[in-house]
Amino acid sequence: MRDLDDKALQAKDKRAEFGQDIDLDAFQAEPAPSPSSVEYQAGSSTLSAADKERMILSGIEVSGVGRAGSFLQKNSTVLEAFSRQDGLEVMPIREALERHPWVRDYYWKLASVDADKYTAQARLKLHNGYIIRALPGSKITYPVQACMYLDQEGASQHVHNLIIAEEGSELHIIAGCATAAHVRRALHIGISEFYVKKRAKLSFTMIHTWAEEIVVRPRSVGIVEEEGIFLNNYICLMPVKSIQTYPTTYLAGKGAVARFSNLLVGSPGSEMDVGGRIFLQEANTRAEIISRAITNGGTIISRGALIGEVAGVKAHLECRGLILKGGTMHAIPELEGRADGVEMSHEAAVGKIAQEEILYLMSRGLSEDEATSTIVRGFLNVDIPDLPPQLKAEIDRAVGQSDQEMM
Amino acid sequence: MLRIEDLQVKIGDRKILEHIDLEIHPGETHILFGPNGSGKTSLLMTIMGYPQYRITGGKIFFKGEDITNMPVNERARLGIGLSYQRPPTIHGLKIRQMVQICGRGKEVDPQELAKQVNFSEFLDREVNAGFSGGEIKRSELLQLLAQDPDLLLFDEPESGVDLENISLIGRTINHLLQRDMRAEPGKSMRELRQERKKMGLIITHTGFILDYVTADKGQVLYGGVLTCASNPREIFKCISEVGYEECVRCAT
Repeated sequence: MRDLDDKALQAKDKRAEFGQDIDLDAFQAEPAPSPSSVEYQAGSSTLSAADKERMILSGIEVSGVGRAGSFLQKNSTVLEAFSRQDGLEVMPIREALERHPWVRDYYWKLASVDADKYTAQARLKLHNGYIIRALPGSKITYPVQACMYLDQEGASQHVHNLIIAEEGSELHIIAGCATAAHVRRALHIGISEFYVKKRAKLSFTMIHTWAEEIVVRPRSVGIVEEEGIFLNNYICLMPVKSIQTYPTTYLAGKGAVARFSNLLVGSPGSEMDVGGRIFLQEANTRAEIISRAITNGGTIISRGALIGEVAGVKAHLECRGLILKGGTMHAIPELEGRADGVEMSHEAAVGKIAQEEILYLMSRGLSEDEATSTIVRGFLNVDIPDLPPQLKAEIDRAVGQSDQEMM
Repeated sequence: MLRIEDLQVKIGDRKILEHIDLEIHPGETHILFGPNGSGKTSLLMTIMGYPQYRITGGKIFFKGEDITNMPVNERARLGIGLSYQRPPTIHGLKIRQMVQICGRGKEVDPQELAKQVNFSEFLDREVNAGFSGGEIKRSELLQLLAQDPDLLLFDEPESGVDLENISLIGRTINHLLQRDMRAEPGKSMRELRQERKKMGLIITHTGFILDYVTADKGQVLYGGVLTCASNPREIFKCISEVGYEECVRCAT
C-alpha cells in the first residue's frame, strides 16, 4: 500500500491524456472519515425530500423498493450499505479494506494509481466508495443501486468502487450520481474496477445528474473472463461543466462479450469527452460500443476504440451525433486490428434532424415541436438487450426528463 | 370536398405544376396517371402542404376552408392523409408508437389494425428501418387505418409490392375509401354509395391497382398539366396502347 502511495504522490500533478486540466486545489476535499467508522448506520433518514428528488432523477429509490441492495454515500459519508439477497454483498470500501484481506486482490489491480492526477487524488484522499459483489452462481434478480451524492458547494468527492461478478453469477447495478439542487460547483472523482468472471453477467447502468459548474472525472477499467458478459451504460442528459471519461475493458477470456452504450446531451457551456475502449484479447470475443449524443450548444467529443488482438473476434462501433441548437460534435471512432481474421466495423454520423422526418410526423398530425421531440426521443432510444425492465424504465425516465428540459 | 383552383407550383425556380384545376367530391375516388417526373408526387405533396412545394398561384380548398397556406399538421388534423411512396426512417420510434400517433388520442388498437394488413410482426420494429417496398406500403396503410382521414392520397400504392400482397393492399385501400360495402337488407347499393364520404386520389404508374380499386374518374398529369378527365380504365387502356404522349394529344 505504501508503494501505491508513492506512485500516487509522483503522479499528483500529472495531466490526464484527454479533457481540460482541472485545478484540484480549487476544490475543498473533506478529510476522509476514520476508517472503521460505522456511522452509516444512521441511514438515509437524514436525506431531505429535495435530496431524494434529485436521486430519483438518477434512478435511485431511497426507499430501496425494488432493489436487491443499496449503497448511498453523501459527500464523504456512507449513509447506507445493505444487501437484501443471499449471495450479494454491498459494503463501504474503506471498511472492507480493513476487514477483508481478499479486497486487496482487486483494489488498484486494473486501474493505475499513477494514470493521472485524478487517480492519484483518489488514492491519496480516498473518501469512500463501495464494493458490490455477487457470489459464485448467485443470480441477483433485482437491480442493486449505488448512489454518490454531493451537497457541499465547492467540495470534491473521491471514491473508489469495486464491482465483482463471481463465476456464473448475474448482477445488475444502477449507479446514480447527483448533486443537491443548490450545489453549483463541485468535483467528483470516481475510480471503478469491474471484474466479470467466467460465465458471469454484469450490467452497470450509470445515470448522472449534475449541474452547470460540476466537474467529473470517472476512471474505470474492467476485465471479462471466459463467456462473461459486461454491459456498461452511461447516461448523462443533464447539464454539467466538464466530464471526461474513457472506460477501458479487457475481454480476456474466450467468448467474452462487452457492450458499451452512451447517451449524452450537451447543454450550452458544457464539455463532454466521453468514450470507451475495448480490447478483444481472446478468440470469439465480441464488443460493441454505441453512442448517441445530442448537443444543444455544448461541446461533445465522442470517442470509441476497439482493439482486436487475435483472430476470430467481432467488434462494432456506432456513433451518432445530432446538433440541435449549435455546439460542436466531434466523433472519433477508432478500430485497430492486430491479427488476421478480425472482423471490425464502425459507422459514425453527425448531423441535424432531417426536415423530411419532421414533416412525415407532422403529416400524421403532430405539431413541429412534438415531431422534433419524438425524433429526439427516438434517437436516444437505444435498444439495450439483456437489460432488466426496471433499468430500461429508469433510462426511459431519464430520456423523458431530458426531453422536457431540451424543448 | 377538395377543390383546387388554378394551382401553380414551383420548387426553387423550376415550375412543377401549371394551372391545375381539380375537384374531388365526397365519396369520389380519382386516379392520377402520368409518366415519371410529370409532377404527380408534387401534386400530392402540395395538397399535403410540404413547404418546399411553393405555391405561386391559385388556391386549395378542403371542406370549405382555404388551406393554401395551412401547415402540414393542421391539414392532417382537418382530415388529409398521405400514403408515401418512400417515407423516411425514424430511428428509435416503433411502428406501435407511430400507430398511436396517427390515432391522435382516439382509441386505437395497434395489434388489431396490424392484423388487417398482415403487419403484426412489425409492431416493435423501427418505423421504415430496413423495410422492403411491400412492407413500406403495408406500414403506410396501417398508419392511415389509425389516422382514418377523409381525403386519402396514395402515392403509387402498388409499387414494389409482390403479387401475394397486392390484393391485400387493394382490399385495404377499398376499405379506407369505404368502397368495400356489401348489400344490407333495407338499403340499396345506391343508398350505400351515397353514404360514402371518403375521398381518394391515387397515383398509379402501372395501373395494377385498377384491378382492385374501383374509381370514379381518371386524369393524366403530363408535363405539369392535368388533362384527359375520363373513365380511368379507358385512360389506362389508351396509355398502354399508344403511350402517354399520344394519349394526351388526342385529348387536347
